[in-house]
Amino acid sequence: MELVTPSIGLVFWTTLCFGILLFLLGKFAWKPILASISEREKSIESALSLAEAAKEEMARLTNENEQLLKQARAERDQILKEAKQIKDNIINEAKESAQTEGSKIIERARIEIDNQKAIAMADVKNQVATLSLEIAEKVLRKQFEDQQKQDALIADLLKDVKLK
Amino acid sequence: MTSGTILNSKLFRIFFICAFFLTAGLFPKVTFAAENGPDTSKTKFDAKAMILEHISDSHSWPVAFPFVKEKFLPLPVILYTEKGLEVFSSDKIQEEGSVYAGKLHSYKLEANHVKVVDASGKVDEEASKKVWDISITRNVISLFLSIVILLIVFFKVSSSYRTREGKAPKGLQSFLEPLILFVRDDIAIPNMGHKYGRFMPLLLTIFFFILINNLMGMIPFFPGGYNLTGNIAVTATLSAVILLVVNLNGNKHYWKHIFVPNPWWLFFIMIPVEVVGIISKPVALTIRLFANITAGHILILSLISLIFILNTIWVSPVSVVFVVFMDAIELLVAFLQAYLFTLLSALFIGMAIEEHH
Repeated sequence: MELVTPSIGLVFWTTLCFGILLFLLGKFAWKPILASISEREKSIESALSLAEAAKEEMARLTNENEQLLKQARAERDQILKEAKQIKDNIINEAKESAQTEGSKIIERARIEIDNQKAIAMADVKNQVATLSLEIAEKVLRKQFEDQQKQDALIADLLKDVKLK
Repeated sequence: MTSGTILNSKLFRIFFICAFFLTAGLFPKVTFAAENGPDTSKTKFDAKAMILEHISDSHSWPVAFPFVKEKFLPLPVILYTEKGLEVFSSDKIQEEGSVYAGKLHSYKLEANHVKVVDASGKVDEEASKKVWDISITRNVISLFLSIVILLIVFFKVSSSYRTREGKAPKGLQSFLEPLILFVRDDIAIPNMGHKYGRFMPLLLTIFFFILINNLMGMIPFFPGGYNLTGNIAVTATLSAVILLVVNLNGNKHYWKHIFVPNPWWLFFIMIPVEVVGIISKPVALTIRLFANITAGHILILSLISLIFILNTIWVSPVSVVFVVFMDAIELLVAFLQAYLFTLLSALFIGMAIEEHH
């Protein structure tokens, strides 16, 4: 029975001491401790959410970069393609113009050649005529060096004339 | 240093610490046993008296040192009588049968209680009943001691929260923070919801107060070795605090639940049941803590007593093994009972402040 009978003295001192302990710890220990714990938790929470946001931002940026890169690549391909087309066009045009120019030159050359040929032919003809005349003259001269022959010829000619 | 020597020195240290605690644990009991039965061949060792003396309060503090006869630290006796306060040292009445003539009455110690003695030297029961004994007993000293420890520890922790603001906890702070968080996250919040903040100081104080006293009670020598949380006056006071807090904070749903039963015509059964419930909850708290801690002390002391009952040193290994085992269990119980008391307090408060939607 002794054990389960609370003694008034101990009840008194426990009440007093527990009250003081509760007040002192509550004011000077629990309040600051709990406040700084919850503050730290909040800061951890905000740091975590910040990290999460940074991660999202990072993902977004990476995505954007990828997109940009893709776009740039497509643009580059486009440019290259266009350049190739332009090059081909230029080459084709050059080829064409070269061809027409060449044919023009050839045509002109042909005309020139024809002209020259005609001139040469005419020249040759003149020369041939001159030469022929000279030759004929020389032949005639040879023929008529001899007086008899001249006389014979004249006689011959005159004969023809008599007949008429 | 090779690993072998490290291991050896570690083993040695562990052995030394175990040996120290075990032997130190035995000293008060050994010396007390020796005092109780100075001549074991003639007088029988009275285990019951020894155990009861150890788990109950006293007006002096037995302090044992190795190889020295047990000493008693005298403690102040404070008596509140209808004529005024009476203060004197307990060594005036410590000796068996000695009577101290105070200013107002003469006093004598009988079965650890201060009694008023009349002129003829007989105990005056009528006058004794009117005297309120508020002495600084062994348990009151240990109460002071535990409070000083708690204040020092938590002021230190609190200051380290201030100086290490925003940093990770360190040292004592990192040891106690999980316990504080445990009380908050596993006891207060699940039982009291978002209004837990107001009751946190109370719950934390109760938790650490019970825990430190449970643990100090396990230290077998001075300044531990007392049985504060195994004293019904202390547990009853703590429960009374909970009773007050619960009923002062009870909202209208709480009182409606008690006084307006559903269906209403059951009021003649339900109201008495609920009113008994108000009282029985703290009574259960009182008994649970008291019985658990006292039972642990009784078990350990009984196992030690086995050596003296059987009066042979050869039984001591068995006793020591069992006592170490019991100490381990008591360590668990120390935490468990602090947890349980706090948990149930939080539960009762939570039930009283719960909002019904």
